[in-house]
Amino acid sequence: MSIDPAVKPVIAVDGASKTFGAVRALSEVSFSVARGECVGLVGHNGAGKSTLVNILNGSLTPDAGTIHLEGLAADRYSVVAARASGLRCVFQELSLCPNLTVTENTRIMHSGIKGLGWRRNAAALIRAKLDEIFPGHGIDGGQTVAELSIAERQMVEIATAFSQSDHAVRLVILDEPTSSLDSSLAAQLLAYIRRFVAEGGSVVLISHILSEILTTADRIVVMKDGQVVASGPAAEFSVDTLVGAMGSVVRARDARRVFEAGAEGGPVLQQRALGNAEAMDFVAYRGEILGLAGLGGHGQTRTLVSLFMNAGGDWRGRRQTKIAFVAGDRHVDGNLPLWSTLKNLTLTLLPDLTRLGLIDRRKEASVAGNWRERMEIRTNDLGNPILSLSGGNQQKVLFARALATTAPVVLMDDPMRGVDIGTKQEVYHMLRVEADKGRTFVWYSTEMDEVCQCDRVYVFREGRIVAELTGEDVTEERVLAASFAGGAA
Amino acid sequence: MAAIKAMLAKPWIWSFVAAAGVWMVTILFTAGASTLGLTQAALTFAAFSIIVGLGQMFVITLGPGNVDLSIPSTMTLAGTVALKLMDTNNGLIAVGILVTLAVGVTVGIGNYTLIKLLRIPPIIATLSSSFIIQSTAIWYNRGIRIKPPRVLAEFTTASTLGIPNVAWLALAISIVAWVLLERGIYGRWVSAIGQNMRAARLAGVPVDGVRVATYVLCAVLAALAGFLLSCFSGGAALNMGAEYLLTSIAVVVIGGTAVAGGFANVPGIWGASLFLFLVVSMLNTYGASAGVRLFLTGVIIIAVIIAASRRLGEGSSTS
Amino acid sequence: MTWLTAERWRLLVPAVSLTVLLIAVFWLQPRTMSYTGLNLLFNLAVPIALATIAQMLIMMVNGLDLSMGTFVSFVACVTATFLQTDPLVGALILFGCIAIYGALGVVIYLRNLPAIVVTLGMSFVWGGLAVLLLPTPGGAAPEWIRWVMTSKPPFVPMAIVASVIIAAAAHWLVMRSSFGVVLRGVGGNERTVERAGWSVLRARATAYAMAGFFAVLSGMSLVGLTTSADANIALRYTLLSIAGVILGGGEFVGGRVSPIGAVIGALTLTLAASFLSFLRISPDWQIGAQGAILIIVLALRLVLTRREARVAH
Repeated sequence: MSIDPAVKPVIAVDGASKTFGAVRALSEVSFSVARGECVGLVGHNGAGKSTLVNILNGSLTPDAGTIHLEGLAADRYSVVAARASGLRCVFQELSLCPNLTVTENTRIMHSGIKGLGWRRNAAALIRAKLDEIFPGHGIDGGQTVAELSIAERQMVEIATAFSQSDHAVRLVILDEPTSSLDSSLAAQLLAYIRRFVAEGGSVVLISHILSEILTTADRIVVMKDGQVVASGPAAEFSVDTLVGAMGSVVRARDARRVFEAGAEGGPVLQQRALGNAEAMDFVAYRGEILGLAGLGGHGQTRTLVSLFMNAGGDWRGRRQTKIAFVAGDRHVDGNLPLWSTLKNLTLTLLPDLTRLGLIDRRKEASVAGNWRERMEIRTNDLGNPILSLSGGNQQKVLFARALATTAPVVLMDDPMRGVDIGTKQEVYHMLRVEADKGRTFVWYSTEMDEVCQCDRVYVFREGRIVAELTGEDVTEERVLAASFAGGAA
Repeated sequence: MAAIKAMLAKPWIWSFVAAAGVWMVTILFTAGASTLGLTQAALTFAAFSIIVGLGQMFVITLGPGNVDLSIPSTMTLAGTVALKLMDTNNGLIAVGILVTLAVGVTVGIGNYTLIKLLRIPPIIATLSSSFIIQSTAIWYNRGIRIKPPRVLAEFTTASTLGIPNVAWLALAISIVAWVLLERGIYGRWVSAIGQNMRAARLAGVPVDGVRVATYVLCAVLAALAGFLLSCFSGGAALNMGAEYLLTSIAVVVIGGTAVAGGFANVPGIWGASLFLFLVVSMLNTYGASAGVRLFLTGVIIIAVIIAASRRLGEGSSTS
Repeated sequence: MTWLTAERWRLLVPAVSLTVLLIAVFWLQPRTMSYTGLNLLFNLAVPIALATIAQMLIMMVNGLDLSMGTFVSFVACVTATFLQTDPLVGALILFGCIAIYGALGVVIYLRNLPAIVVTLGMSFVWGGLAVLLLPTPGGAAPEWIRWVMTSKPPFVPMAIVASVIIAAAAHWLVMRSSFGVVLRGVGGNERTVERAGWSVLRARATAYAMAGFFAVLSGMSLVGLTTSADANIALRYTLLSIAGVILGGGEFVGGRVSPIGAVIGALTLTLAASFLSFLRISPDWQIGAQGAILIIVLALRLVLTRREARVAH
């Protein structure tokens, strides 16, 4: 027994293994979280983080290994037992009931809130927690979740996890909590995590943004291929050593082109700003990577979708499609869950593979096989269901779906959410190569280092374009300044 | 061997097993006296539900909420108008067929107009339009029953190579539907829309085009079935489509098509249509009353669905 | 305009449709603007409203009941026979029916079956049982039901009092009570509800059993009005109840329902029939005109929900 009874970790997993079919997702992993500790968990997609989290929260039972809660062996561990012992989870996919109000969702999460005054109690509970974590959030408890932006939903979900009624909250597992939040909200959350930990709470923080982990976590655990490969105090790590431990190398950023607007012919895509005189028109030129920045949920996705829809194609399928879309919220906008990876990959290209209405299936398979190689999609058979792939690989399939076409314009709706650094670097490189060949990419991203990859950036605020940055002006400071002040650039 | 294994994994196999079982039981009860007659009757009556079922299948595959409730009234309208126009005249058969198709196309476009322009859920849109179509049929028909042209009456009641002509027609339509679904871009698109309409649209699927084509296809098949049925039964009756409301949905679902959309299945429609007819005729041979017949039909439908679902559950429990 | 929440907008459309239709009826037939007149107009709305609430409860957990009409018919047959001759046996049968509805909820959930299909099968079962019970129209309504349905409260006719009570009770049950939230949550995101430690099985069984209960009330009140029953008495209710829920602002999936809207939807559908008979439309077109009214009301809803979208942003 490696567990010291004097310290009594909030939860300790010892020698846990889990196998799915032929895939060994986790092998003999030992992991524990102490009271008053924030543990950072990093690793590439498929490294076993999600499996470990699912074992911690009771939704998966390990094939081997033990689980101890506060030093006591938990034999019949389950989701209910985990909740009862004060463990909460914020998942990567948003998990609120969209048809209910914020208050009603709080009630679902807290079975203890009942009786005549339940609505008032639940509203007070969630409002207090939102005020505490995200001051100035502007969310009303009576709003239906469907009316909220994705960032607001994430905020509600985080606040719900930290709020307590009948069970004390001991440990909160946050799986990519900042993925939908802009940087100021993310900073508020990270500051709150530190306060929560200082008061004796425990947090497991999973994030692909390594700087967050380095500044927030007390201890960092690095996973690779289903094993813990490194572990130690956060102060002992740097971005480089973490990336090294995860097993990939940060590539130098490709040189950015200073793009001369309109130098290569007229715009390939444009949309006039509606109504408001303050807003700028949207224009994209051939061969550029155009970034859409600003705080999360300020109209970037809506702009991308309307650009796509306005290009037509509602009534007739077309060969050599003019415009392609890479979804970020893959469950809502991307995946076709019943289908194989192959069918998901070729969907946009399908008209080009069709003669007289019939699909040339041999050609389809060869195109898909080709793109599996290029994107390094990890699956042993393209006939496997899309949902059997890890999240990052599903995202690669969505990329391949768009890039496989000859579309001269590709719209990307924050597509790197949940994708590991190694893949990201590959994709950045691929985008640059394709752009040099004359393709235009319109790229909405919530991650600043991605925005900084772009040739030109539009900054959004309250649904409008308020600033345009080009070339060397594309810096974190300038983007942030424009996001808040508006019209500054 | 691999082929047999693959066959057993198909969702439609169970409807055929069920149909064969009921067929055997009925044959055994009548000591084989009615084998030929029963088989021919089953194929004939199943043919009509297959034709409407195929249309309904494509519509249901478009996703949750998509179902065409105007099938019965479309059948009635097509049968009434075509027979009245042909007026028992063999020379006007081509006109009758054209009018039938025109009725289908009009109804399909009308249905989709309601769904698209007024954003009415398909169930309610097709329900509302079915009221209007039914009224049109009543107004046009005026209660007069006109006989079909002799050639058509003979064709629809005769057999070729021992198989009823209507069954041959249903087979031809089924093959076309299968090719569309499994090999064609249309089937891929329908399935994509059924799984996630927004994702399909963002992947470049012409959602409106596919959906309107599907509603038109369904209405055309319903009109055709109505035309054939009224020729087969010696004239159009105002309530002749009524039983196909539930039947068209039942054959789709028993046949293994996903009710939530995104996955369709042509062979299953055959198994389910034969099965439904055979159950009724089996109960008839046992001399069951109407109440018992209905009751047992319902129990058997539910039993088949539960039996099939266990297979599905086992298959997907590993994921 | 913070009081104008999404939920209230949802109600505005059905309320406006009903008012417009009511004014039209009053204008065509001023004599309906009286106690007796209103009672006649809305009498048959009570069983339809109850069936609509039942349908709404099933749609709330992402199901759809295609057996509503046959089930209400069957209940009517039981009410007109057993409940009248052997009240105890009749009551047992009706309780059994509610239990069967609960069981359907369980089977549908455990086997992951589509509700449409199971209830499609059940529609044959209920239809068959009803035919076995009452092969020809007949039976008689129990006295007390008759008394309830034909009682004359002061000022406001029974039909309207009953509708208000039904709407209020269902609204409290589904929208205000803390358990109603869990039921709607199951419709919105089943996994979340499960992760939070609730039994989805129990929630679904409850929703179905509640639907069974309201449908039983529907059949009983129908017999109270018609005094006798037959096996096909309420076949229209399947489609009427679905249309009522949708007219009332409900949706097929996602747990978005409105009990008050559903009752208003049922009243609108009932009124539409009277409206058409007052218009003296030729019998050929009576059904068609009902379809047209359905379309017009839903078109109205489209216009108003466009405004709702603007208010939300």
